[in-house]
Amino acid sequence: MTNRHETARQETATPDMPPPNAPAAIELRGISKAFGAVQANRDISIRVMPGTIHGIIGENGAGKSTLMSILYGFYKADSGEILIHGRETQIPDSQAAIRAGIGMVFQHFKLVQNFTVLENIILGAESGALLRPSKAKARTELARLAREYELDVNPDARIEDLSVGHQQRVEILKALYRQADILILDEPTGVLTPPEADHLFRILDHLRKQGKTVLLITHKLREIMEITDTVSVMRRGEMTATVQTAETTPEQLAELMVGRKVLLRVDKAPARPGRLVARIRDLRVTDEAGVERLKGIDLTLRAGEIVGIAGVAGNGQSELLEALGGFAKATGSITINDTPLDLGGQASAGRTRRAAGIAHVPEDRHRLGLILDFTAWENVALGYDDAPEYRRGPLMDNGAIIADTRGKMDRFDVRPPDPFLPARGFSGGNQQKIVLAREIERNPDLLLIGQPTRGVDIGAIEFIHKRIVELRDAGKAVLLVSVELDEIMSLSDRIAVMFDGRIMGERLPARTDERELGLLMAGVETEAAT
Amino acid sequence: MTKLPKWADMVLVPVISLLLAAAISAVVILLIGGDPVEAVKVMVDGALGSPYGWGYTLYYATSFIFTGLGVTVAYHAGQFNIGGEGQAQIGGLGVALVCLAFPWPAWWMALPAAIVGAAVFGAAWAAVPAWLAAKRGSHIVITTIMFNYIAAALIVWLLVEVMRPTGQMDPATARFGAGTTLPGFHQIPGLDLIFTRKVPANVTFFVAILACFAVWLLLWRSRLGYQIRAFGHSESAARYAGISSTKVIMSAMLISGALCGMMSINNVMGEAGRLLQNSSEGAGFIGIAVALMGRNHPLGVFLAALLFGFLYQGGAEMGLWTNIPIELRLLLQGLVILFTGALDNMVRMMVAPFFRTRASAGVR
Amino acid sequence: MDYETLMQLLASTLRLGTPLLFACLAGLFSERAGIFDIGLEGKMLMAAMASGATAAITGSAWVGLSAGICAALVMALLHGLASITFRGNQLISGVALNFVASGATVLIAQALFQQGGRTPPLSGAARFGPIHLPWAAEIGAVPVIGPIYQQVLSGQSILVYAALACVPLSWWLLYATRFGLRLRAVGENPESVDTAGISVVRLRYMAVLVTGILCGLAGTYMATALQAGFGREMTAGRGYIALAALIFAKWRPWHALWATMLFGFLQALALRPDVIEGVAHVSIPVPALDALPYVLTVIVLAGFVGKAVGPRAGGQPYVKER
Repeated sequence: MTNRHETARQETATPDMPPPNAPAAIELRGISKAFGAVQANRDISIRVMPGTIHGIIGENGAGKSTLMSILYGFYKADSGEILIHGRETQIPDSQAAIRAGIGMVFQHFKLVQNFTVLENIILGAESGALLRPSKAKARTELARLAREYELDVNPDARIEDLSVGHQQRVEILKALYRQADILILDEPTGVLTPPEADHLFRILDHLRKQGKTVLLITHKLREIMEITDTVSVMRRGEMTATVQTAETTPEQLAELMVGRKVLLRVDKAPARPGRLVARIRDLRVTDEAGVERLKGIDLTLRAGEIVGIAGVAGNGQSELLEALGGFAKATGSITINDTPLDLGGQASAGRTRRAAGIAHVPEDRHRLGLILDFTAWENVALGYDDAPEYRRGPLMDNGAIIADTRGKMDRFDVRPPDPFLPARGFSGGNQQKIVLAREIERNPDLLLIGQPTRGVDIGAIEFIHKRIVELRDAGKAVLLVSVELDEIMSLSDRIAVMFDGRIMGERLPARTDERELGLLMAGVETEAAT
Repeated sequence: MTKLPKWADMVLVPVISLLLAAAISAVVILLIGGDPVEAVKVMVDGALGSPYGWGYTLYYATSFIFTGLGVTVAYHAGQFNIGGEGQAQIGGLGVALVCLAFPWPAWWMALPAAIVGAAVFGAAWAAVPAWLAAKRGSHIVITTIMFNYIAAALIVWLLVEVMRPTGQMDPATARFGAGTTLPGFHQIPGLDLIFTRKVPANVTFFVAILACFAVWLLLWRSRLGYQIRAFGHSESAARYAGISSTKVIMSAMLISGALCGMMSINNVMGEAGRLLQNSSEGAGFIGIAVALMGRNHPLGVFLAALLFGFLYQGGAEMGLWTNIPIELRLLLQGLVILFTGALDNMVRMMVAPFFRTRASAGVR
Repeated sequence: MDYETLMQLLASTLRLGTPLLFACLAGLFSERAGIFDIGLEGKMLMAAMASGATAAITGSAWVGLSAGICAALVMALLHGLASITFRGNQLISGVALNFVASGATVLIAQALFQQGGRTPPLSGAARFGPIHLPWAAEIGAVPVIGPIYQQVLSGQSILVYAALACVPLSWWLLYATRFGLRLRAVGENPESVDTAGISVVRLRYMAVLVTGILCGLAGTYMATALQAGFGREMTAGRGYIALAALIFAKWRPWHALWATMLFGFLQALALRPDVIEGVAHVSIPVPALDALPYVLTVIVLAGFVGKAVGPRAGGQPYVKER
């Protein structure tokens, strides 16, 4: 590993940069950070050379954002040290980070929406108690920065009137105005259109040429390949590799990101796809910020078949589930058993979807699938309080629900088997089993299941997988969304790969491999093996 | 913030809050030259020392049960209804209209009609803020405060200009007919052995107990209550489940308004026998304290209402027999709301260390 | 209605609008920083009692003023403690402190003076008397405009002029200074302030203290200028009307002036039902005039007359991510 760093320094050194033996712009030594029982960062060491663009890639939850928050003084590391330009630096708060010359562009911008660009720029970096001189100074400086870095924005425009791309430029300008020479960008292209992203990369290139150091955090392989000099891969809180971008390939990076864990074998008979259960045509979803998240999805789901959606998180999988589950407004068409669904996103859509035969195990069980303060049995009734066996007129038949919960807990091996324990009190795996039991036992025609094993212990994973296969064997359609490629490979009968709101292609698991899927996930077209 | 066992959150936090409020009040009494021990003695004596005192304590408690339940139902839907005062006064209007509309032959015929009148009028007064919150996103706290003032103005106008009988000087409606007089505790067979003097506590107390049960049934046994609580805990999960936010906000607020309106049976019909200005006398606001203190559970509300009934009656006695003004009860009420509702994190932090040591001792 | 009556009405508008203006600006600073404050009423009441009592004892309105401001500051700090430090419910804290003020004011006034919770009537230097502006008589002779100067603007208490001066001052503070920029930012997006390396807590406490000072002025004006002494519940819901005016003004200082003067005018009209009857030839019931500010506020809140969007981070305690 150390050798690689040495080479990195040599190769990226150009005449207008510090001499090769100059200290790293940022050096982290053995950074660890835990939140409760979750180890978000484990013994992370990294050296980022000045005047380079250094990518950090990894899946959602790999610990990238935590690491950057430590660097920007939001969190304090449990152990380890930070060196900025060779000097050990304490970063207890954002102010210290700014003083150390670090600027951060967050994924969710920290701008005041109804302020002008100028006001946002000077906030916290005013030159005196009165605003007028500060603004005048900032205006001149802004003009200079605009010339130097292709960073032009109207200083008097209000943020809420600006496009997302321009808002991002304001964030970069904020950092530069504070004389940052190290710029961290967290998933900067997630909200950008392709032309905006291209412009951003030009800006980053200018920054590099001016000797600034850029730390680019992303889960998009293409960006890493396009712009970075060096790339570090994070996985499950650890830094697994640091390589020269020129010496690696997207496939190799995909492999490093997803990792090679023990392949979970799922015993299952070959699928016997039956009648058409769901037909999705030209499904489009636009989010609140006006960004199109689903760009025309076509997909069919058949009885007795598990269709896996593979893809790096954030490429539209969540929106697909939300549109199918009824709580995102969408256009296009979805028919279930030949009946079209209303895609208007009404408040009661969750209920009509269930009536139409769709059950949904959502990706985010804490926010959607469960009410954490409710007991287990109350959660078993979530979405099904109108089920005939759960009610007696306007009243709920609590006894029946509790009895049913006991049965579900027994059949799904939920521990502890206590219907009166609040959902908060169960482990992740047992929480998931409660949701799964609730949805699967309704005997739906179509089961939507997102990240079935996220935050779930090994023992429960196998159990959950078995249940999904059983449902398929009972002649039901299953749509599985997971960022775990292994899970997709071992469970699916058919795999659709999503990238940038589109389906890049469909593959049969027997006729593809992780390498090909990785390329599709990175947005690289491949010849269909079929 | 700090995680405590459930029983501690339900019991210990309110009790400590009450003790803190009482301690501060005692200091205030000392500062203004009073004697806190003497004050407590007078309060206990006046509110609990005789059936007569109990008659007042239970009378006040009856009103507070209704308004406390009203705040509770709205709270479970995530709505903070501080419009109980206005809803109670408009509920009183409903009671007055029912009682004056018809020469009721017997109280047991008038009572159900008056309950309906009070509930419908109270709910109607909550309907506009509720609709604005559900459909236009208007802040329910501000709109309900505004509706308190509008209600007060409306009642003044009605009493001065419309409903005041000719020849009567004070702004009030005519006296209700004899057939609407609710039996007081001194007139109820069995209870009259204890309550030998005329007391204001009346059969409405039993209606209030029924209301406690009904609210419990609503919140923890009915589908609507389930939906209300689900929405109040997690709007996102409620949406996933297909629970309509409009339905939840509207029904919770209408029920809340109806309950606040129903307190008027106790004071307008049961005590005054006519509608007066400011009939609710702050009971709508005390409902907030009662609900917070009672941890938004009907049983807790019942107990907290009894406590506030005691404070109210005891406070009145204290105002009469000591040099401590009656307004001490407002101070106490404010402090209880402050500690249980706004400084609850502070109270939890005070309690938490004890549980932490116990938990770590358990590990060892 | 003759010109003379109009002048009387306007003078009365200014007098009655002043406490609303102080309180409205008070609320403006707090809410602009993201702290809801329905406890304006309580702070005013506390200040009215403290200033009335102190002025009665010392015989100086100015000493009364400082006592009033101190009392309101204590209340503001309590609100800050609950809503900033302990991240409690800001609405409940405000409601609670209003009750605390209702009770405490009477208790203290009674203990001090034994006059049924009132303070003794104030006179002379214990009150802020009318100030006659220079050349009032001379300018008053100018037709139309003259009487406005002589009869409306001149002859008000110094606190009225202070309130009027607070409008441009607040505007300047909010929009022309670093403090104002940060204050507005913390109410819109505290994260923007935090990531810029500025303490959210400190900034919010400062805003709450400004609120305290302005409420102190409002309460002191009530007890030592508008009326001659403190009486129980003398603020009579003005804190809530000020809140209504704040929403009506959409959290802007100059609009706050117009809104509070409109509400002050309605209050002045409610005192002179004869005027309306004379002008409109219909008798509008006084309670309808009393209720008008509240009805207007509800209409504004409903978004039928332009949308009233408050500071985005209003009412939420600031907790860093995770």
